[in-house]
Amino acid sequence: MQTEVVLLQRLHLDLLLSQLQAAGYQTVGPVVRDQAIVYDRIQSTADLPMGIGDIQGKGSYRLRSRDDAALFGYVVGPQAWKKYLYPPRQLLMRAEQNSRGLQITAPDQEVPKYAMIGVRGCELKAIQIQDRVFLEGPYSDDFYRERREQIFILAVNCTEPGNTCFCVSMEAGPAAGPGYDLAITEMLETAEPCYLARAGSAKGAELLKHCNPSHAPATLLEKENALWTAAAAQMGRSLNPEQASAALKSGYESTHWKDVGERCLSCSNCTLVCPTCFCSGVQEVTDLAGTSSERWREWDSCFSLNFTLTAGRPIRQSPGARYRQWISHKLAFWQDQFDQSGCVGCGRCITWCPVGIDLTSEIEALNALQTKT
Amino acid sequence: MSPALLPEVWRISDFRWETPQTFSLSCEKPEVQTRVQTLNPFRPGQFNMLYVFGVGEVPISISGSPENTSAQIHTIRKVGAVTNALAELKPGQSLGIRGPFGSAWPLHKAKGKDLVIVAGGLGLAPVRPVIYAALAMRSEIRSLTLLYGARQHAEILYADELLSWQTGAEIAVHITLDQATQSWQGRVGVVTSLIQAQDLDADRTLALICGPEIMMRYSAHTFLEKGLKPEQIYVSLERNMQCAVGFCGHCQYGPHFICKDGPVFRYDKVQSLLNTREV
Ligand SMILES: Cc1cc2nc3c(=O)[nH]c(=O)nc-3n(C[C@H](O)[C@H](O)[C@H](O)COP(=O)(O)OP(=O)(O)OC[C@H]3O[C@@H](n4cnc5c(N)ncnc54)[C@H](O)[C@@H]3O)c2cc1C
Ligand code: SF4
Ligand code: SF4
Repeated sequence: MQTEVVLLQRLHLDLLLSQLQAAGYQTVGPVVRDQAIVYDRIQSTADLPMGIGDIQGKGSYRLRSRDDAALFGYVVGPQAWKKYLYPPRQLLMRAEQNSRGLQITAPDQEVPKYAMIGVRGCELKAIQIQDRVFLEGPYSDDFYRERREQIFILAVNCTEPGNTCFCVSMEAGPAAGPGYDLAITEMLETAEPCYLARAGSAKGAELLKHCNPSHAPATLLEKENALWTAAAAQMGRSLNPEQASAALKSGYESTHWKDVGERCLSCSNCTLVCPTCFCSGVQEVTDLAGTSSERWREWDSCFSLNFTLTAGRPIRQSPGARYRQWISHKLAFWQDQFDQSGCVGCGRCITWCPVGIDLTSEIEALNALQTKT
Repeated sequence: MSPALLPEVWRISDFRWETPQTFSLSCEKPEVQTRVQTLNPFRPGQFNMLYVFGVGEVPISISGSPENTSAQIHTIRKVGAVTNALAELKPGQSLGIRGPFGSAWPLHKAKGKDLVIVAGGLGLAPVRPVIYAALAMRSEIRSLTLLYGARQHAEILYADELLSWQTGAEIAVHITLDQATQSWQGRVGVVTSLIQAQDLDADRTLALICGPEIMMRYSAHTFLEKGLKPEQIYVSLERNMQCAVGFCGHCQYGPHFICKDGPVFRYDKVQSLLNTREV
């Protein structure tokens, strides 16, 4: 079935937002905070970062003002949508110990219903990658599932990739793949941007209908196509996933890891910003009286020394071994575990690494070493 | 919520010290008495997550017989916060249990074979269920041998049981100690020396190894030298574990998750990783 493409104006986006809110959704999307684009609650398009873009590079990120009224003219910021589906802190269980003995109960929590506004192709793919981790293994994570089942995704197709992006290599963009409820492309033809919109679900189609939209003119569709083609050609980085995986497997014991280990600070920034990283630890929190206790799950990172604490000592003691684990997991072992890569090419780990370590260059260096020997 | 994620409340039915630092906890489900429910069935080699109120949760192998339907036994060494707290539990008190998790020893492959089980130290606990199960199908197994290495005399686990096996004819038991003391009349040396001393029919042997990683590595090497193929050897691995269901990421071992792909692995699947540092 050919999806119908319709033309929306900014006022239609506001209409969509208010309809979502009326349907009980918390609308969350990009806002400017502390000189970065982060995701937070939004009420209307007035909350979006109008006329703001960003400049990204190895270890650098800066906002800039654009000379247009784009609402989605930035690339991706330090936060990923995972914070809504897999929160940084999650109560897993409560336990009580009293005269009646031990009782263990699941937390009774209200499940927030999010409408995510402005999900990029790479981010949509990242959500699907985490679905496979939390929902499609031998066990399914109830906390993730309950949130995931309720979300509404409004995707935004990318037309201006950033300097650290390589989603084309990872088949995650620049246009959003299936899995969204609605997808829009921001067209900056005129002073006031307009939007080409496609529904990807019945929910999305229903919402679009209420906007009473007009058909998109063929000329605009051609322009959109040209924008995507241009965007795909403008990727700041590239990576060959098959080659990367092979290089990591054959170079597992390469001297290169020692070299990276001397640069890497083990700060965990890359794992925090990465939209697919899913590792966590648990914390037991007891009340003062000692009669009730809670188990909390918190994001953890394979860069922390105690991550591998086993039988009294950490296994991955050197920073190089920890970096090797991280990059090998992303680009090689993930394939073995989940039949897909663990990287969507969003470039966050490159931008937010304080010392500018770039996984695509590390793969190149590893390859160069291997072809030399 | 799924019982794999939320612990059930079980009760300690028996507590016994095995060695100065190691104890066995028998745990039963309170409902088993009242509602004639069965225990969660397990396969030898699998483990449970044991939760002590207010302290935390740790992975512990099941060390009793799979045919024991009234209680599940865990043999635990005191090494840190949670295992110390487990050691304080008394019969009648409660704990939380999730499980069983993980892969099992491939006992079905032992039919018509010589089954050699090698255990080092506390590694005897995770293989005891497979010994019970092998004894239960003894007529189908050509020969059954246990090679056990402990550090010192006082650290020999399940000493009475080992003695009764040694006096029977169903299983050959050989024990060696790292350190000799006057109380010990038996063999001294590393466990690999016991493997070396075995007269193995390489084509018909199935080897199961459990113990410290270095001991498993050397034991596997010795079996390979004796002519076994890596596919005839199984090991049980251990890594930091927070969830046991493949979400926390801590137990990753190269491409594997020890909690769901392991802890029991065929040696060829992990051979190169076992010979690499800081995996
Ligand atoms: C599959 C499996 C089976 C096991 N079977 C047994 C058994 O039958 N008997 C036994 O005594 N021990 C067993 N262990 C080891 C046992 O889990 C650790 O000794 C225990 O977690 C230590 O916890 P602690 O809080 O007392 O120690 P700490 O040193 O205070 O540990 C802190 C935390 O680190 C983690 N951790 C530390 N060491 C280990 C470890 N070796 N394995 C996994 N996580 C660890 C745990 O989350 C633990 O709570 C097994 C481990 C695994 C992975
Ligand atoms: S590894 Fe880096 S580029 Fe790949 S998805 Fe994670 S943050 Fe993005
Ligand atoms: S690679 Fe960079 S961001 Fe990641 S831990 Fe090392 S220094 Fe931090």
